[in-house]
Amino acid sequence: MPMVDIDWLRDDVEVPRDLTYGQLAKDLVRVGLEEEEIHTSQLTGPIVVGYVVDATPEPQKNGKTINWCHVDVGDEYNDVDEDGNKVPRGIVCGAPNMKAGEKVVVTLPGAVLPGDFRIEPRKTYGHISDGMCASERELGLGDSHDGIILLRDYGFTPEEYEALKPGDDAMHLLHLDQPILEINVTPDRGYAFSYRGIAREYHNSTGAKFADPVVALNERVPHVEDAGDETRDIDVIIDDDNPIHGVVGCDRYYARAVRGYRPGSATPNWMRRRLTRAGMRSLSLPVDVTNYVMLDLGQPMHAYDLDKIEGPIVVRRAKAGEKLTTLDGKEHDLDPEDLLITDSPNGQQGSRILGIAGVMGGMYGEVTDETTNILLEAAHFDPITIARSARRHKIPSEASRRFERGVDDKLQPAAAQMAADLLEKYGEATPSLTPRDIDTTPRRTPIVFKASEVKRLAGLDLDLNEINGILTDIGCVVGGGGNGEFTVTPPSWRPDLTEACDLVEEIARIYGYDRIPTRVPHAPVEGHVGLTADQRRKREVADGLAEYGLVETLSYPFVGPADYKAFMIDADEVEPVSVQIVNPLADDRPFLRRELLLTLAQTVRRNLRRGIENVSCYEIGHVYLADPDAPAIPALPGAVRPTDEQLAALDAGLPEQPLHVAAIMTGLAEDDGWLGNRRAVDWSDAVEAARRVAKRLGADVVLDPPKAEDVPAQWHPGRAARIVAAGETVGFVGELHPKVDDELGFPHHTAAFEIDLTALFGTLSDKPVQAKPISTFPPVKQDLAFTMPDSLTAHELEEAIRQAAGDVLESIELFDVYEGDQLGEGRKSLAYAVTFRAPDRTLTSEDSEAIRARIVERAATLGAQLRA
Amino acid sequence: MAGNTQFDADAVQQAVAEGIAAIEQASSMEELKAIRGKYAGAQSAMTLASKAIGSLDKDQKKEAGKLMGRLRADFGRAYGTKEAEVKAAEEAAELASETVDMTLPVRRKPLGARHPLPKLMEDIEDFFVGMGWQISDGPEVETEWFDFDALNFGPDHPARQMQDTFYVKGSQAKDAAGFVGSNMILRTQTSSDQVRGLIGHGVPLYIACPGRVFRTDELDATHTPVFHQVEALAVDKDLTMADLKGVLDKLAVAMFGPEAKSRLRPSYFPFTEPSAEIDLWFPDKKGGPGWIEWGGCGMVNPNVLRSAGIDPDDYTGFAFGVGVERTLLLRHDINDMHDLVEGDVRFSEQFVMGE
Repeated sequence: MPMVDIDWLRDDVEVPRDLTYGQLAKDLVRVGLEEEEIHTSQLTGPIVVGYVVDATPEPQKNGKTINWCHVDVGDEYNDVDEDGNKVPRGIVCGAPNMKAGEKVVVTLPGAVLPGDFRIEPRKTYGHISDGMCASERELGLGDSHDGIILLRDYGFTPEEYEALKPGDDAMHLLHLDQPILEINVTPDRGYAFSYRGIAREYHNSTGAKFADPVVALNERVPHVEDAGDETRDIDVIIDDDNPIHGVVGCDRYYARAVRGYRPGSATPNWMRRRLTRAGMRSLSLPVDVTNYVMLDLGQPMHAYDLDKIEGPIVVRRAKAGEKLTTLDGKEHDLDPEDLLITDSPNGQQGSRILGIAGVMGGMYGEVTDETTNILLEAAHFDPITIARSARRHKIPSEASRRFERGVDDKLQPAAAQMAADLLEKYGEATPSLTPRDIDTTPRRTPIVFKASEVKRLAGLDLDLNEINGILTDIGCVVGGGGNGEFTVTPPSWRPDLTEACDLVEEIARIYGYDRIPTRVPHAPVEGHVGLTADQRRKREVADGLAEYGLVETLSYPFVGPADYKAFMIDADEVEPVSVQIVNPLADDRPFLRRELLLTLAQTVRRNLRRGIENVSCYEIGHVYLADPDAPAIPALPGAVRPTDEQLAALDAGLPEQPLHVAAIMTGLAEDDGWLGNRRAVDWSDAVEAARRVAKRLGADVVLDPPKAEDVPAQWHPGRAARIVAAGETVGFVGELHPKVDDELGFPHHTAAFEIDLTALFGTLSDKPVQAKPISTFPPVKQDLAFTMPDSLTAHELEEAIRQAAGDVLESIELFDVYEGDQLGEGRKSLAYAVTFRAPDRTLTSEDSEAIRARIVERAATLGAQLRA
Repeated sequence: MAGNTQFDADAVQQAVAEGIAAIEQASSMEELKAIRGKYAGAQSAMTLASKAIGSLDKDQKKEAGKLMGRLRADFGRAYGTKEAEVKAAEEAAELASETVDMTLPVRRKPLGARHPLPKLMEDIEDFFVGMGWQISDGPEVETEWFDFDALNFGPDHPARQMQDTFYVKGSQAKDAAGFVGSNMILRTQTSSDQVRGLIGHGVPLYIACPGRVFRTDELDATHTPVFHQVEALAVDKDLTMADLKGVLDKLAVAMFGPEAKSRLRPSYFPFTEPSAEIDLWFPDKKGGPGWIEWGGCGMVNPNVLRSAGIDPDDYTGFAFGVGVERTLLLRHDINDMHDLVEGDVRFSEQFVMGE
């Protein structure tokens, strides 16, 4: 994101002399340019100018040649000889460009360079090196590490260079001691990717006097109408046969020649410094100038060697199979959506590719050390075309970043003028007066803007003059206003302003969001108020399980083959009905869970591995059930309400995503420490937890244990049951299969359940509970023990007892389960304590005998005999 | 006792005095009961004397009756007093023997715990319910239309790229070219519920949508690819940014105490215009009271209303979203996102009620 240098900002706006970067950040954030970071100097001195008195090459055994140098670093830092005289310091330097007579940058003992690199005197190659001559990279100035910094290349005028004295503070000289502000620019404000734009926003925030540099530049732009076609700098053809969304890839191409450039002209020090501080490397004057103009005005530019290219320049889309090697040396397969800048050697139009428009140039046609005639390109490209190409080829360049966000489509002549001026001044070049300007940019339609919108949206009471003033100040042309309605033509650098609400935002942010009053709206109290029944039920489940002693946790829903394997789930069966992520974070977990237990297990495992014992966790979350036969989801445009059929089609393609709850319980179910009662978890704990969930909800659930061969593989075949509500299976409860326990590192008999809450809630009534009257007549209590075959379940017998007893049955408690030799193989005994009570009378002994007889008779039909 | 028919006043008085003396010497209920048998039982002097009264003369009967009444009362009183004394002493001794160290640690049942994140979502829901709003939720695997197009994200918006959004593969049979065309994603924001709410409920609408969202960020100290947001949306005839600011201030107070406040900073979101970042100020902020970024907000973009078939000339609305994890981190001084997402039971167990 852009760097803001106060020194540079001053070019366009009156900035207080003592403005700090902290205050600048505050001023800019008020209008929406957020501070990313204030970068402070990472250097500690002394870092000074040194004059190389002598440099003696000394070849080394390892094949390198080092220079043993004496460097004058000024009286304050020079060495002292035996006689007390100041003498130059001895420094070993391996850089090939080191030679006597150069002025260099010396980091002296005590200095600290980026990366906590501390400079100390050190013995090396048989000398004591008492400091270091620095490269750009060592100072954090750039990437260059080919040699040390030679100040003669740093763009000083001969007089300035002469005036550099040994011992001068090089940090100050190179602005290495200055902080710089990095800001974040939101995607709607491309113009703030320039000093021109930031200066305008600084003005918007503080009222400081702002002068748009483009106004002055435009006054000096040569008028295109003056010359006939033949005398133009170059012919340009825009030939877009594949516009994206019907938008032509290039609606403005401005080309201007600059001739007679003196090759090797140095970039002036001030420009080099500004570029460096903006994070750009200085390469050559023409390239530096194009970069400088981009940073200053926001117009990405390109400089071609005019003598190498042959007109006409053709801006066209790539053809299938075309390739381009970009300046960074990478080869790209071009796509028919890529917009190209090409030229026409041997009269073959558009046959040679010069670069991907607005993204990066190719190897051919670039300015070199020999270039004398330059063609400057300043164009306006379709943001979407550029964005797609930059992403497709993974080249997020400074140019593409600006084009994607929208560049001012009236800026091109001024930008070329500024670049031409700089090449003239520092490179002795002569700008042509016959630029080529292909301009098909559309005229902006004015926005009809009711002033009342400011009140309607922002809640601000502003008068017409205030509104007009703000809009005019941000560059709009404002007309009308008499009837409270303006016609507003936004400035060319604000393509984001298209609707009334956009203008309201401008007015509100410049007037100040903090001046908007505060009011609390009153929601109309109509229809259902408060949480829905299902929302309350979800809370009931969550609170109930926590109350039961379980800990709520959350897990990511991503699963993969390892999870299926641990749960003995057949991947070939589950994957086709699972939601698959195209770009998962972890390639081994590309699916979404169909069961919470799979991801909850990972949570439990993590806890166990951390040495926590008796881990019992639950999770409430969604699972995702893909239907391989689901219809395709249509792509529909925004800003239009889809038809009901289209809306139905959107939802029909989505997977079902029911809400589940699951729990896993390990270790001890009860452990009261010194009291001495310990009991390991087993299936009964999970059953109780699941039953409590159901009970709290008022759900009528029964457990239905499948035959061993029908139990899913992840469960213990003899200790698992379906949870059934209203005839529908809504979950599973029991113990995990010992193999699953082993795979996950769980103790055997780890218990678990998982319930589909969406399904369970669906069986419930939203009506309030209808209370039964409480009988005050005395109860009759009896114990009944039955012997029965193992195949008869407790549930079946209990149901039989309930039905036989009828309404007078108040409670039934199983108090003993016995399986023993006396009963014989395959038989068990269940003993119940039952309580009868009538609502309207005291039960007589005849009554209770009759009930008992009914129960015994009914049980016998199931094969259960009353034990004597 | 000599004879069984003679009434001997002196003898019975002496016997009763003896009995009362014995009572006073007794120290247990056992002794007391034995004494009662001896001095007031069927064969005691007192009982025999009472029976002997019948054989006395009429005038002597009255005198003797009186005497016996007094003796019986004296004995009874003495017995009753001593009995209460002995019972109290025995009870005290028994209780003393049952004394325990009440500070012994007792934890028969584990306490259990809610996770603070869903708990905080419930608190936020309650805030909105208290204002008469409704709580709604939408699917986590969502169509691109609800997550992006309906919210004014064009097809080329950077958020729609693979580096930010989890894309869902379409069915292989229909979609030979890979994922392209599934038009399904893991929702990147709970704002996806905005247009669902508008189409589903119509206007006026006041809803809050808490839920899980997904972005392709690796888990680190401040990021998690799976996180939670609460989206608030109000659309009505007369809503302005002033209403937005009012609700935000109230939410700040509900979450961060009576001194907390919010402020708006100009920003950009495709689905709001004007747009703002929400800054939060609260006194307990780590490093001292101050402003910190909390969420995003703005007035509902007309294109969003149009996506729901609502005329932006008739209705206005505001929307805001805050991160639940972020709120939790700020409120509870949690330094590392790992603690929030890893499900370590020790993390959940710390959280108790509290302002």
